[in-house]
Amino acid sequence: MNRTVDVLVVGAGPAGLAAAGRLAALGAGRVEVLEREPAAGGVPRHCARPGFGADARGRPLDGPAYARRSVRAALRAGATVRTGVSATGWAGPLTLDVTAPTGLERVRARAVVLATGARERPRSARLVPGSRPAGVMTTGELQRLVLRFGARPEPIGRRAVVVGGDPVARNAVRTLRAAGVEVVAVVTERAARRVVFGSVPVLTGAVVTELLGRGRLTGVTVRGGDGRTNRHTLRCDTVVFTGDWIPDHELARAGGLPLAPGTRGPATDGAFRTAVPGVFAVGNLLRGVEPAVVAAAEGRAAAAAVLDLLAGHPWPDGGVPVRAAGPLRWVTPGLLGPVAAPLLVRSERRLVRPVLTVTQDGAPLRRERVSGSLVPWRSVRLAQSWTDGVDLGGGPVVVAAEE
Amino acid sequence: MTVTRTGPLPGDPDAVYDVVVVGAGVVGSAIARALARHPLRVALVEAANDVGDGTSKANTAILHTGFDALPGTLEARLVREGYRLLSAYAQETGIPVEPLGALLVAWDEEQRATLPRLAEKAERNGHRTTRLLTAAELRVREPHLGPGALAALEVPGESVVCPWTTTLAYATQAVRSGVELHLNCRVEKVRPGDPYHRLVTRRGVLRTRHLVNACGLHADAFDALVGREDFTVTPRRGQLLVFDKFARDLVRHILLPVPGPLGKGVLIAPTVYGNVMLGPTAEDLDDKTATGTTAEGLAGLREQGGRILPALLDEEVTAVYAGLRAATGQEDYRIAAHPGLRYVTVGGIRSTGLTASLAIAEHVRGLLADCGLDPGPERPLARLRMPNLGEAFPRPYRDARLIAREPDFGSIVCHCERVTRGEIRAALTSTIPPGGLDGLRRRTRARGGRCQGHYCSAEVRAVFEEYGEGAR
Ligand SMILES: Cc1cc2nc3c(=O)[nH]c(=O)nc-3n(C[C@H](O)[C@H](O)[C@H](O)COP(=O)(O)OP(=O)(O)OC[C@H]3O[C@@H](n4cnc5c(N)ncnc54)[C@H](O)[C@@H]3O)c2cc1C
Ligand SMILES: Cc1cc2nc3c(=O)[nH]c(=O)nc-3n(C[C@H](O)[C@H](O)[C@H](O)COP(=O)(O)OP(=O)(O)OC[C@H]3O[C@@H](n4cnc5c(N)ncnc54)[C@H](O)[C@@H]3O)c2cc1C
Repeated sequence: MNRTVDVLVVGAGPAGLAAAGRLAALGAGRVEVLEREPAAGGVPRHCARPGFGADARGRPLDGPAYARRSVRAALRAGATVRTGVSATGWAGPLTLDVTAPTGLERVRARAVVLATGARERPRSARLVPGSRPAGVMTTGELQRLVLRFGARPEPIGRRAVVVGGDPVARNAVRTLRAAGVEVVAVVTERAARRVVFGSVPVLTGAVVTELLGRGRLTGVTVRGGDGRTNRHTLRCDTVVFTGDWIPDHELARAGGLPLAPGTRGPATDGAFRTAVPGVFAVGNLLRGVEPAVVAAAEGRAAAAAVLDLLAGHPWPDGGVPVRAAGPLRWVTPGLLGPVAAPLLVRSERRLVRPVLTVTQDGAPLRRERVSGSLVPWRSVRLAQSWTDGVDLGGGPVVVAAEE
Repeated sequence: MTVTRTGPLPGDPDAVYDVVVVGAGVVGSAIARALARHPLRVALVEAANDVGDGTSKANTAILHTGFDALPGTLEARLVREGYRLLSAYAQETGIPVEPLGALLVAWDEEQRATLPRLAEKAERNGHRTTRLLTAAELRVREPHLGPGALAALEVPGESVVCPWTTTLAYATQAVRSGVELHLNCRVEKVRPGDPYHRLVTRRGVLRTRHLVNACGLHADAFDALVGREDFTVTPRRGQLLVFDKFARDLVRHILLPVPGPLGKGVLIAPTVYGNVMLGPTAEDLDDKTATGTTAEGLAGLREQGGRILPALLDEEVTAVYAGLRAATGQEDYRIAAHPGLRYVTVGGIRSTGLTASLAIAEHVRGLLADCGLDPGPERPLARLRMPNLGEAFPRPYRDARLIAREPDFGSIVCHCERVTRGEIRAALTSTIPPGGLDGLRRRTRARGGRCQGHYCSAEVRAVFEEYGEGAR
């Protein structure tokens, strides 16, 4: 079956729902959101704890409540949200192939907004050697298992090791403990002096070098940690690999959108336009995990450029590439166009009161010491004034940091 | 149809099997299937909780033409015949096979000098279609090859195949044709005797007139149970990396190394699932359970792979695994009939057993006759059509008519591999249902994709519990 809509949004997480809601409210016409999961709401649906802002009366929201609110808001604004519907590929520049229990469809749109989120790299992609037992998972998998099966030891085990040092490792620890699983240790490569996870022992400067066990995990071998450089074994029946995000860029790549090398998300300009006219990208798809409100704000912000397109404005081409250098891991957006945009920057490691610089073709545009420190698990936002003076006909803009 | 996993072995304790095949890898399953052509009482007995859970699940999945076999060996003959038999069987039953052809790429003068000799060897093995390619011709065929490739030998016909479906197809057809399959049933002792042997398992005793040892890595240990010590199996580990489907466009053929004095080297090959595989290593070990990967092994593979296909290393890795070849210190299979014992050992099925499986089975059928088995008349096997796991063939999630008939085939559960609820349900209610989630993965690909279960594992487990063990 072939159908046409005005805007097709792929992914009903915070970013996609916010984009759809704003577009529907602003009269973009028929706005449809596709979600492959049985329910809309995205990752927050699986985060059963506060941490998603507050409702109108100031009461803290947990993930599921935040998800429900996002869905309701999009529906109220007039968007259509279809669940259990997977976008599986492109049949044309703005036409997606879709599989659902109701059948196959080819949906054509005047604009496509990709909001497919991000996931954690599994053990294999991190090249962790050893055997292939059950009990090896990511935080995302853990949360879904606990939500679905509760505290049953078969899927989630009894003694767990958590790998990683980002806030998401904290989530994993909390989820495990709430499910009655003993957390034996947190293993983090980070050499930070003080990483505290409640009463859970933390091995800093340590890496998991091998998984042990046949059938079920029986332990992990760790090198380093607490000054020890020898290998030692932690006995456990579950290991959760946390963080290490990779955007879910399958549709983006399949559609030929160039990726930004630092993030592996599609390269966009400040208005969330990709290299393919009519295709936008928002949310975690751009670079891995940011808080839900950030993803939602991007969805809303993208609406203006989508409306421009629907109104017949031309698709600006090119733009100046933006790159991260030095101890910075990535910067988004990857392209700067005529409309200035704030920059989101991540550092590779902890930087105490660094000097951030912006240069183009070797010429300094801005140089400023930031107060406080940059940490690898949180982005800093640089106001759009940071890119004042960029020459749109010039070479790449480089954002760097000096300690 | 009899498939058991738990409890005492069923049936009349005084009944005697005509043949018991021990080991349900690709070889044992093929043998059981071959015997199922005859009105015999046959059991296939396996220590693991699923078929194909040993070496047969972890190989490089190539259907070899046998062009480089040692001419004159049993292996050379059975690989050549096996290639022909399995190609035809795959067509008939829906096992995915892609005849991509292979390129043996020479990276230095010494290797280039070897190519004509390999072409001659191929000719002696009956392959007259090989062709030498210049560097320029090679570039056209494989534009992403790294710098320094000098020439290549093209071997048409080398194919990639789905090893999981192959083993499952044999076992399924055997069971549907009357073979009894007992899983979780390690044979721990053998009491040889006349007119029958007694096989002692934890689930009871099996009595059989004829016995086939298809125990793979443990063929020597099983031989010892009947008092034979003809060879020792040394596990030779092969570690492998499977790259993301986005790597698939980088390679069009099976890229084989030119065998040389510095060992066999690694290959790069597409998989029928649409990925790209790099490996295997070759490490002689003494632990038959050492199927783990190592940091050194994986780093070495990446280094070698990066020279062959540099862009490969920019792609994500989907899976890492290792398999163990059954080396016996002889460049040939160790297949032997012991008529006095009414016993056949199928050992040393090294690195070509998947390809040769159907030919090995025919050969063993003959050896059993030499051991006094009167098979009786031939009869047709139960018909079989396997679900398709191959990317080159239609998959259910794109099949409008199927979805219209059964909406579950439009409900994608594993998003990375596009496995539908309908396929999972079908696997869980099939002739040989999987014993766990790994067996389900080998039947459907569910949880086998780039996210390795991040998104789908909870849902897959839920469907498993709905239709799987809970429902049985
Ligand atoms: C473990 C964890 C804990 C977190 N904790 C917090 C917290 O406490 N507070 C906070 O503010 N944020 C938190 N976050 C971050 C927050 O969840 C994300 O910022 C937010 O979900 C990102 O929204 P998104 O719309 O970009 O992506 P997602 O929420 O990932 O949504 C993407 C959606 O797209 C769908 N999709 C993908 N591909 C397709 C396709 N081909 N067809 C159809 N649908 C598709 C997916 O099913 C998914 O529902 C957490 C994240 C994680 C993983
Ligand atoms: C890295 C690697 C790459 C390879 N690549 C290829 C290739 O590209 N093409 C190709 O054709 N071949 C290839 N092979 C070879 C092929 O995989 C093997 O030859 C084949 O799988 C052997 O099958 P099998 O049935 O003999 O052994 P297995 O699959 O190991 O089966 C033996 C079975 O016997 C069972 N068993 C053992 N002892 C007992 C007992 N006492 N009681 C009950 N059950 C028992 C075991 O549990 C096991 O399931 C490769 C092998 C490896 C390791």
